[in-house]
Amino acid sequence: MVTTRTTPEIGGMGHSPRRKEDPRFLQGKGNYIEDVKLPGMLWMDIVRSPYAHAKIVSIDASKALAIPGVLAVITGKDLEKYGLHWMPTLMSDTQMVLPTDTVKYQAQEVCAVIATERYIAADAIQAVEVEYEELPVVVDPFKSMQPGATLVRPDKGKDTNHIWHWEVGDAAATDAMLQASDVVVKEHIYLPRIHVASIETCGCVASFDKIEGKLTVWMTTQAPHAIRTVLALVAGHVGLSEEKIRVISPDIGGGFGGKVPVYPGYVIAIAASVLIGKPVKWIEDRMENLQADSFARDYHTTAELGVNRDGTLTGLRIKTLADHGYADAAANPSKFPAGLYHICTGSYDLKGAHVEVDGVYTNKPPGGVAYRCSFRVTEAVHAIERMVDIAAHEIGMDPAAIRMKNFIEADAFPYKSVLGWEYDSGNYHLALRKAMDIIGYEDLRREQLEKRARGELMGIGICSFTEIVGAGPSKDFDILGIKMFDSAEIRIHPTGKAIARFGTKSQGQGHETTYAQIVAEELGIPMAHVQVEEGDTDTAPYGLGTYASRSTPTSGAAAAMAARKIRDKARKIAAYLLEADEEDLEWEPGRFSVRGNPEAVKTIQEIAFAAYTNHPQGMEAGLEATHYYDPPNLTYPFGSYICVVDIDKGTGQVHVRRFVAVDDCGNIINPKIVDGQVHGGLTMGIAPALYEEISYDEAGNCLGGSFIDYLVPTAVETPHWETDKTITPSPHHPFGAKGVGESATVGAPPAIVNAVVDALWHVGVRHVDIPMTPARIWKVLRDHGVEG
Amino acid sequence: MIPAAFDHVAPTSLDEAIDLLARHGPDAKILSGGMSLIPAMKLRLAQPAVVIDVNGIPGLEYLHEEDGVLRIGAMTRESALERSGIVRHGYPILYETAKVIADPLVRNRATIGGNLAHADPANDHPATMLALAATIVVRGPHGTREIAADDFFTGFFSTALAEDEIVLEIRIPAPSATTGSTYLKFERKVGDYAIAAVAVNLQVDASGTCTAARIGLTNVSDVPMRARAAEAALVGQRATASAIEGAARAASAECDPKADLRGPVDYKRDLVRVLAGRAISRAVARAQGSAN
Repeated sequence: MVTTRTTPEIGGMGHSPRRKEDPRFLQGKGNYIEDVKLPGMLWMDIVRSPYAHAKIVSIDASKALAIPGVLAVITGKDLEKYGLHWMPTLMSDTQMVLPTDTVKYQAQEVCAVIATERYIAADAIQAVEVEYEELPVVVDPFKSMQPGATLVRPDKGKDTNHIWHWEVGDAAATDAMLQASDVVVKEHIYLPRIHVASIETCGCVASFDKIEGKLTVWMTTQAPHAIRTVLALVAGHVGLSEEKIRVISPDIGGGFGGKVPVYPGYVIAIAASVLIGKPVKWIEDRMENLQADSFARDYHTTAELGVNRDGTLTGLRIKTLADHGYADAAANPSKFPAGLYHICTGSYDLKGAHVEVDGVYTNKPPGGVAYRCSFRVTEAVHAIERMVDIAAHEIGMDPAAIRMKNFIEADAFPYKSVLGWEYDSGNYHLALRKAMDIIGYEDLRREQLEKRARGELMGIGICSFTEIVGAGPSKDFDILGIKMFDSAEIRIHPTGKAIARFGTKSQGQGHETTYAQIVAEELGIPMAHVQVEEGDTDTAPYGLGTYASRSTPTSGAAAAMAARKIRDKARKIAAYLLEADEEDLEWEPGRFSVRGNPEAVKTIQEIAFAAYTNHPQGMEAGLEATHYYDPPNLTYPFGSYICVVDIDKGTGQVHVRRFVAVDDCGNIINPKIVDGQVHGGLTMGIAPALYEEISYDEAGNCLGGSFIDYLVPTAVETPHWETDKTITPSPHHPFGAKGVGESATVGAPPAIVNAVVDALWHVGVRHVDIPMTPARIWKVLRDHGVEG
Repeated sequence: MIPAAFDHVAPTSLDEAIDLLARHGPDAKILSGGMSLIPAMKLRLAQPAVVIDVNGIPGLEYLHEEDGVLRIGAMTRESALERSGIVRHGYPILYETAKVIADPLVRNRATIGGNLAHADPANDHPATMLALAATIVVRGPHGTREIAADDFFTGFFSTALAEDEIVLEIRIPAPSATTGSTYLKFERKVGDYAIAAVAVNLQVDASGTCTAARIGLTNVSDVPMRARAAEAALVGQRATASAIEGAARAASAECDPKADLRGPVDYKRDLVRVLAGRAISRAVARAQGSAN
């Protein structure tokens, strides 16, 4: 269980103090982009394409410009004069800021209006007259790969829509292993396009000071420092120099991966502010957010898994077509175009695996970002967890038993996977057994048999996932060449209070609380006395930002390391004050004492005061430290989820009756925040499993581009979550933590699919794609002769 | 999601509102709860030049039983229907309708009159009013008139209301001791329009024979519709499982759904069968004295 070394007043690791950020959020006093209002601020709105592929014949802005209050209509041709009409994506692909001749997806930016008021800007975009000439559209990635398909990106100079091929593993060995297996199960699994749908949409206020030549941009970004560097690199030629760029991420209303990319709207607003010399605000509306911003998933996978009759899993072969839309605008580490997809051997000791992924262009919005997961881990976990279940059913083995038989043994860690990862720690048997005990697995199996005899449909689904987070070791991980370390800077004030700044950026995760607790744990300063700041590139140390569950593994580790540097100096000051040898001092949270003389004590507060008032001759004054933490390895959180579903044969509705989640994220900083992260993650897990999808018709029209049809679940749809934990510390992290923000989103969907298929295997169903809407399940039922 | 410019006028009497309607004609829209009009304006699907805000007119929010009739003021909020003891205990179908409309935030604003006047075939009240044989009382420059629910919905988003008329009151006949009624809605998630929904209001005599039945269907036709074949299959029959199944199949056959993201046509038809069967069974049980 969770243990503590500090008092509740200090509030170090293992305590659950109330979140420091919540008073302002609960009182409506957060400071989001929309709250940023500057004198003379102008508004931008964007004209978007109604077509998925069209030539722009003409743009007539005269009627828009005639509206009082409209100052400018900016087109791609205008940006072209400054070389700003194209920009790089984070995957070193290119995408348009504004088009000069063709649009490539519905809702693509066509031109932008700058006006003195929000309402005037909205009127003006209706008044811009754009003449289009429609072009052939390719929506289906399989058709897009066929010879003669309409070229989405003729600018690439290649006669194909294929973007890249990536593979890992030993193909021949895997083939041999599959051939030698008693049974090979094969399935096509499609994970559709979904969207993170943060409650706050994207936006910015760009403010260029012509006198100082300085650009300040408040923007909805998960990675402000990286954005500053990217801006300096892409706009250096027009005079924007990195020391003259300040990016501020204020409070962020949810990111989940969707606020990592640079969207055209940001760049146009910045260009407009630089040209006009006034602040320009741009805020997306909900439909723009859903229809144009980076999507997640869209992976078409064919998986084959070998299994012997005794339940031994052998080899795994995966081929995937990755639909990236008109540009690869994912946000993966540079070396990994399919992210960390090759974690797909999961929690199992597989001896052979081979994975191939092909990226392809289509006339859809660009992307491939995360949906609250670490770089394609959800896709990997979905594939292996589905295949293990299919293998179990195929050979007539219980899905729990096949997992228990094939899990990596607890004493095998650190474990080197066949596809090259080194898992840091785990105890998979323990987590699954705990989940089975909580839910009463064996009783449920008996109940299922009784119900099946009565013709009722009940299923039990398991997912025993292994996550891979905390990117990353800089030898392997970078984004556009910038290594994926992260940072912390801690300053102790003379009165023993502290300010700590980080290269990450909370979007609701509670960093102001958890980082303060880490400092409290390491230095014994009450967490209430530790002010945490992030998101301002002028003040915070450089870092790569918050996504992929990396904040605790990287910046959290940096906080501990910086605090330990401070503690080392504090020891020297304490030795000086106590007139003792450093070696004779003993540390307990918040104080040094002389061994054998418990009366001789200096508190961290006394030491801090001395650091500014009475420090040893020859020592630098002050008490502060900065650390840039480069993790030696990723961390591998894991868990076992079990859910029970009942299926309504009449309506096709899947009802999640129970859901038990046992998570292991290593040592825990704040149990309540971990619980909150798991609850939120589970809810974002049922979302794609049962509700959410963005699809397109053959003409490339976006379906599901508003909250009428993009079905974000509410409290009403949310099952009662039963959460518990095991604790297997990371051996390489400074305080044994692993990261937890995304585990539940990764683990929940396959558990629910496995439960549905478990309920229907006996009528011949082997797989169901998500979202498992009532209409889809109804069709599956009727196709398999189940009447209701 | 920013509306076009419009004038906002806020009359304080019905006569003033009707004058304004007459003056502005098709350029004007009545704003009651605004839960359909405001989204339509924000999407610029509706761009009225004048919005006549009737929220300041006194005396249109009420709900009481009088001479065997439930009278509901047109401006009565859905949340008031949901919370009313009279509705909850005397008109379970109306309670079940009100509480599944959108979500609590919407129900705090949305009005029963607005719901009917908007005449969206996906709205929940029309089917229920058809099943209840409600009367809609409207007023225009030439006075007040009553329109039967059967005559009120005339086409896709269109009603028997004249351009210068406004809904005043909804009248619902009180149930008898042998009445059973229910509203059963199936939606993708809370707050969504129905994939399909069925409103049933019937009577079963002591011998177990169904003596009267009215069934309304939601969102499976262009115009809010009665399932007359289903009603005919029930009336005069003993309310057995097979009679109910026959009625449910008739409803399934006579509805006319369109495919959309809620599902294909064959799914919606089958869903009508399933929901109608369940709703009729529940209404029969209630008519026979079940508390459920």
